[in-house]
This record gives sequence, structure tokens and C-alpha cells, in this order.
Amino acid sequence: MGFAFEEIEETIRMVQSEKLDIRTITMGISLRDCSGDNANKIAEKIYDKITRKAENLVKVAEELESEFGIPIVNKRISVTPIAIVADNIKKDEFIKIASSLDKAAKNVGVNFIGGYSALVHKGFTDGDLNLINSIPQVLSETERVCSSVNVATTKAGINMDAVALMGKIIKDTAYRTKENDGIGAAKLVVFCNAPEDNPFMAGAFHGVGEGECVINVGVSGPGVVLAALSKLPKSADFGQISETIKKTSFKITRAGELIGRLAAQRLNTSFGILDLSLAPTPEIGDSIANILESMGLSKCGSHGTTAALALLNDAVKKGGVMASSYVGGLSGAFIPVSEDAGMIEAVEAGALSIEKLEAMTCVCSVGLDMIAIPGDTPYETISAIIADEMAIGMINKKTTAVRIIPAPGKKEGDYVEFGGLLGHAPVMKVNSFSPKDFIERGGRIPAPLHSLNN
Amino acid sequence: MSEQKAIISVIGVDRVGIIYNVSKLLAENNINILDISQTILKDIFTMIMIVDIKNSTNDFNILKEELKNLGENLGVKIDIQKEDIFRAMHRL
Repeated sequence: MGFAFEEIEETIRMVQSEKLDIRTITMGISLRDCSGDNANKIAEKIYDKITRKAENLVKVAEELESEFGIPIVNKRISVTPIAIVADNIKKDEFIKIASSLDKAAKNVGVNFIGGYSALVHKGFTDGDLNLINSIPQVLSETERVCSSVNVATTKAGINMDAVALMGKIIKDTAYRTKENDGIGAAKLVVFCNAPEDNPFMAGAFHGVGEGECVINVGVSGPGVVLAALSKLPKSADFGQISETIKKTSFKITRAGELIGRLAAQRLNTSFGILDLSLAPTPEIGDSIANILESMGLSKCGSHGTTAALALLNDAVKKGGVMASSYVGGLSGAFIPVSEDAGMIEAVEAGALSIEKLEAMTCVCSVGLDMIAIPGDTPYETISAIIADEMAIGMINKKTTAVRIIPAPGKKEGDYVEFGGLLGHAPVMKVNSFSPKDFIERGGRIPAPLHSLNN
Repeated sequence: MSEQKAIISVIGVDRVGIIYNVSKLLAENNINILDISQTILKDIFTMIMIVDIKNSTNDFNILKEELKNLGENLGVKIDIQKEDIFRAMHRL
């Protein structure tokens, strides 16, 4: 069947003026066969395997960009959580493994490599603890390595010892990268119910249930959704808004699925999942906050924002799930502050607070993401922010995450600047009352009961 | 192998010779034009061509580059994309 002029024109317009892009192609590589008890050997095996598997990743992605005219913004790699691969090596040798990951990422030309991770929702192995304690050094001495730690699940509860520890790790990581506004902490995520096939950094890792090597794709398109919604009349009701988002999401997802399948085919790997997320960029017109505002909120963060986000998130999934049979990852709307021009504006205007962002995370895909807070925030407060967010994920059987940056030397109202996709952000106010005694208790918050739902 | 379709879009300020020059370049590359539609959208000249690049004498990327350069000379923006993306987005 031929194409109508309008159809062709629509696709071209989506790419050229509404910023439709494939946010990321992430190659997941299993490193389980690289484990051992000699750090040098593990590092060598890891480097060899990654550079071999991902040798053509960037080349193929660039070919596809050129042939289909859709930009692929990020080419990345995720690997088996390193705590599993290197459970048996000494604490001060973890940097060797991390440097090897960094070097391999540089060699194949990807901008981030995820999987410097540990899953400790129920307890720590010695290797887990060694890895976590090495995170500040690793994130300050490597350039492309990203780290995540899963500290809670719906089935296991919340490891509060890990929550307490992560508060310290985040602070230390930020402090060690103080020349760059604490950018190390922007490469570190704390998760509840971490997905094993998520292609988005900093939380990407290649889960133990995954195959040898897969291609996962993350699509993005807040600009396209915003443009579609802005064509609706002011009188359009929520049913029409949802319908419009669904249709747009379907088209975005189909584009991602095509690119993902072709990439997998050309790289001789299998196609994993499509993560149908609306992920903003700091560019004007590519913002989740602006979509919410287009539904009639004067500023993102006002009362009504959570409802608007719930509608958006659900409609994106409904449209996307019809378009691709293998949907996974985080799938939904991301609400990072520093990466979204509209969110930054809402914080500056005083409309958006951490508390409201926390409420919004109950209905969207990730969590408290890319939020800068004062550098002198006590670690217990950071841990308590993590605990709250983990509780939301645990009780609601969803993924939640915290990526927060205690910007060294900065106060509320100051700015941090990370550059590129990570953007810039105003330092936000945190509640000054101390949760110290609560965090110091340690132990584990038991898993919730899931009958008697409320 | 049957046809391998690509879609060429030309967007910019109207002037004499746009269709002529694009068609000429395509003919030189042994590319068959299957369909042309052209309109003025909001005062901007917009042309969409569906072409068959199966017998193209040039690699896709070189062709893309040549079209881009031609566009710069003519003061318009010329893009070429393989057809599959349109099929994926608009056809079930």
C-alpha cells in the first residue's frame, strides 16, 4: 500500500521539528563467564568480551540513523552486575574491574556502561559490600561507568542497612567529584524492584535471567506527544487526551521496534525489549513537565499534577504495548528534574517540591531522578529520602529509584551544571528535621502483605 | 530482489529547477522515481518522492550526502530515508 502525503509529512515533522528520537540502544552483555578470584584476570576477560561483542555496536547504530533518518542519541552497554562476577576479590581491587569496564566502553565508543551494580535487597555478600564501598572511588576515577544498587523488592522488603549505607555512599561520591558539582552521584541509582532489562542509565544492568547478548531499545518522544496534544482544542476532554497520547505512543514505539530489531539482526544478537518511555531532554520542547502543563495546569507541581501524570503514563503504555510484543524495562514517563526544561522552570517558580515529586513517583515509571540538594544535607536525610521512595515501590509492586545529588558547597537556590543530557538544576530544599534515629536502627523492613489491599 | 523503496523529502523556499535538479541526480545514480507529490505547505515548498534504490550505482550514504549537498546549493533541505520506517509507523 502506498503512503498518503500526510503520513510521510507527519513522520518527517516528528523527527525534524518535534525531536522524535531513539533515546538509546543498549547492548546487554552477560559477564557470568568472566568470574573468578583473580582481579587482573577478571578485568582482562571483561575487557576482551565487551570489546568483542560490542565492536560494531556504534557503527550499526550510525548506519541505522542514516538509513532511517531517526537520530539514535545514545549507544550504551549494560553488563551482569559486577558484584556477581567479582564476588570473590579484594576490596581495593574493584577499581581494576571498573577501569577495565571504562576502558572497554571507550574502546567501542559508547558513552556509558552500566552494571557496576549489586543486588542486596535481602542481604549482603562480602563481595556486595566490597563493591558498594568502592563506588565513590570508582565513580570519581572512571568516566563512563554507571552504578546501581537494588536495596528493596516487594518480595523481600527493604534492606535498611543498605539504605543507611547508600546515604553515605552518595554523599561521599558527590564529595569526591566536587569540582564538577558532584556529578559522580548522577551516575549512581538506588533501586526498589530494579528491572533486569532496563536500557536507561544510570540504572541499566544485564540481569541474571537474561541471555548471552541482547539489544534493548529505549524510545523517547515527549516533543511529539506535546505537539499532538497542542493540536487538540481546549475543550477536549480527558478521554480525547488519552486517545491522542495512545496513538502517538503507538507510532513512536513502532519506530523503536523497527530500529531495535534491525540492530539486533545486524549485530547477530537477539532483540530483547523495547522500553517505551517518554524521556525528556534539557532542550526546549522536549519536556514531560510541559506535557502535563498542556493539559491545563499553570505549572507542573500544582495540585492536579499527579493525576495528569497518571493519565499520561497509562496512555503511553496502552499505545505502546500494542505496537511491540516485547515491552519491558521501566516503560512510562521519566520525571528527572535536571534533564527537563519544564521541570527546572517549575522548581524555580516554587511550584515543584521534592515532596510533590515523591507523590508523582507513585504513578510513573522511575522515581526521584536527577534532583540536586544542598551539599551539607546529612547522610541520614538522604537515606530517609531513599527509604520513603523504596517503600513506595515495595508497597505498590513497582520499580522506584533515587538518583539524588548532594551538590558539594551548594545551598538551596544555587545551581549545578552537568552539561549534555544530564542538564542543569536548581538545588532544591529538603526537610530539615532529622530522621537520624530512624535510619540508625538498621535491619530490614519486612515485605508487605498483599491481600487486604488498600 | 524486488523494489527497495526510499522516500526523499525536499523542504524549503520555492525556486525554479528544484524538481529538475533532484531528478537529474537520481537519474545519474540509476534510481527510478516511483511517485512524486508536491505542495506548498505554509508558504514552504514541500516535495516528497518515492524512489526505488535497488539498482542505485551509489552506496546509500554517498547518495544521502550528494542529495544533502545538492540541497545546500538549491537552498532547500533534502533528506532520504528508507521506506520501512514509514511502514512501521503507519501500517499495521
